[in-house]
Amino acid sequence: MSDEATNGTAASAGAGEEPSASRPKSVRRKPRRRLSRQQQRRRQLLRSGLAAVGLTLLQPLAYLPVLRRLHARLRPPGAQGEDHFLGACIKCGQCVQVCPVEAITFADIDEGFGSAAPFVDSRAQACDFSCDALSCILACPTGALTHDIRTKEEVRSGLARLARPDTCLARQGSGFRGAARGPDFTGRLRYEAVDRWNAIPVVDHRYEREICDLCVVECPIGESAIQLMELAGAETPGAKTPVVRDGCVGCGVCEMICPQQPACIVVEPRSEEVRV
Amino acid sequence: MSLLGDYWTMLGRVPERSKSRSDEAEVMHGRKRGRGLEVARLIEEMAGAKANHKWRNRRWGVLIVVNLLFTLSYWLDVQLVEGSLTASRFLGFHMADVYSSLLVALAQHHVPINLVIGSVTVLLLWGLIGGRAFCSWICPYHLLAELAEMLHARLAAAGLVVDHPLHRGTRVVMWLLFALLALVSGHTLFLTLNPVGILSRAVIYGPSLALLWVLLVIGFEIVYSRRAWCRYICPIGLTYGALGPFAPIRIEYKLEACAHEGECRKVCEVSHVLDMTIKGRSPHSHVDVGPDCTRCGLCVDICPTKSLDFKMKGLGDLL
Repeated sequence: MSDEATNGTAASAGAGEEPSASRPKSVRRKPRRRLSRQQQRRRQLLRSGLAAVGLTLLQPLAYLPVLRRLHARLRPPGAQGEDHFLGACIKCGQCVQVCPVEAITFADIDEGFGSAAPFVDSRAQACDFSCDALSCILACPTGALTHDIRTKEEVRSGLARLARPDTCLARQGSGFRGAARGPDFTGRLRYEAVDRWNAIPVVDHRYEREICDLCVVECPIGESAIQLMELAGAETPGAKTPVVRDGCVGCGVCEMICPQQPACIVVEPRSEEVRV
Repeated sequence: MSLLGDYWTMLGRVPERSKSRSDEAEVMHGRKRGRGLEVARLIEEMAGAKANHKWRNRRWGVLIVVNLLFTLSYWLDVQLVEGSLTASRFLGFHMADVYSSLLVALAQHHVPINLVIGSVTVLLLWGLIGGRAFCSWICPYHLLAELAEMLHARLAAAGLVVDHPLHRGTRVVMWLLFALLALVSGHTLFLTLNPVGILSRAVIYGPSLALLWVLLVIGFEIVYSRRAWCRYICPIGLTYGALGPFAPIRIEYKLEACAHEGECRKVCEVSHVLDMTIKGRSPHSHVDVGPDCTRCGLCVDICPTKSLDFKMKGLGDLL
């Protein structure tokens, strides 16, 4: 530490002023002008100002991905509006840690100030409420996941929608046999008939359905959230369709379990716009 | 050196020279006149001696173990410490970083009770252990920055880089700016940039793209400004620094044997706290190091005359 930049402690001020002859000729440098204490001080203040302004201007950049909704994320149960959620979350990851099926993951810095905020990728691993106690809400220290919610039925993180009705097996009158998501799927789901307490790999559960109704039978909420109804005016006899009801909490199990690729039914966040 | 004066120095003022010196200190200063040769010999001896890293190694050990505890708790699901350094539960007790909690409260216009409990717990903890001891004994960015600092020192010795210090007051400005931004925007923008949180999460949950930002800051420190984030920006360190003077564990300077050769100030992250080690400055025979001190022990390790050491207030020489 030497030369113009040092703020002039007695010990270091002269240390770097070696004659350039001691250096190899190839790295010949311009001789540095010695700055007065006042000049040093002025430069230091200028650098400090630039650093402060730079860091401050950097921060609004974090708004871009959020405002443009580049990543509309499904938040964990108890999130009340994207705006409130992102502002309140302290990015500690306690919800990530307590989830028994590891449904919650972190957003990365490409999501602006949503960086390190938790979300659920339901197609990969939905929230199946197998904790029975809304563990993530209990773990949240800030109320970003609101403590006002006591039961899973009160959750409103998203809403299921039949996004691709054309490929829906039930609407074609078709059944489904085998593992819902093929042999390579790593997601887990709690099948209460198999194990009341623990989720098991979806791949270990074989289905035998005359008409495909996986999204309906596996819904942790039940009839108030989704029902299988007769499909009026269908060409195929016996064709049915899933119908989403008001009680849908947006857990994402229907999206995870849908055997078609891509999923016919998807869960979309119910979030509001972010305030600026 | 009053408490208030120490705080002013932490906030960015150039350390003030004490106007009065105690009689004892006066005698000690007097005895040191004309001992330049002795100091020169001491410096020569130091160059030959094997470097002592007792406190640094202990500290790095603690830092690595604490951060691994978080990681292991997650991977083995033992629920010892859940969360990360911004907020966590230790055996079920809330812990929360004080400045991060403040930002959340400002952004939400609401103070979550768990964050109050967590912050008070942490304030008590660092009030007992030693203010910015969080920085040097726990913070993973501190370790990374120390390694970067070593690289910077080598490059500087080779004449390839030059340190460009900023004004220490920048840290206060940023502390206020981050808080103001949280208040007006409703979002904790600082937490996106906070290398402490990014690294802590990376250690626990695995790497992320956000590490590129940390690398950028580290790169800036290596080639342009030594220890810039910790010295001139980090509001977390500044917050814990305020607790420094209350902590019983602190570094104490003893004037008597000091050779004033200044090795301690060269290794110190916050060398303004060691201003009294400059020849003729110390107002007393024993002086406690000021609030910005991180209790890292580098000065204790390097001091050739054992004039700087840890002390526990009220327990005398037990440490």
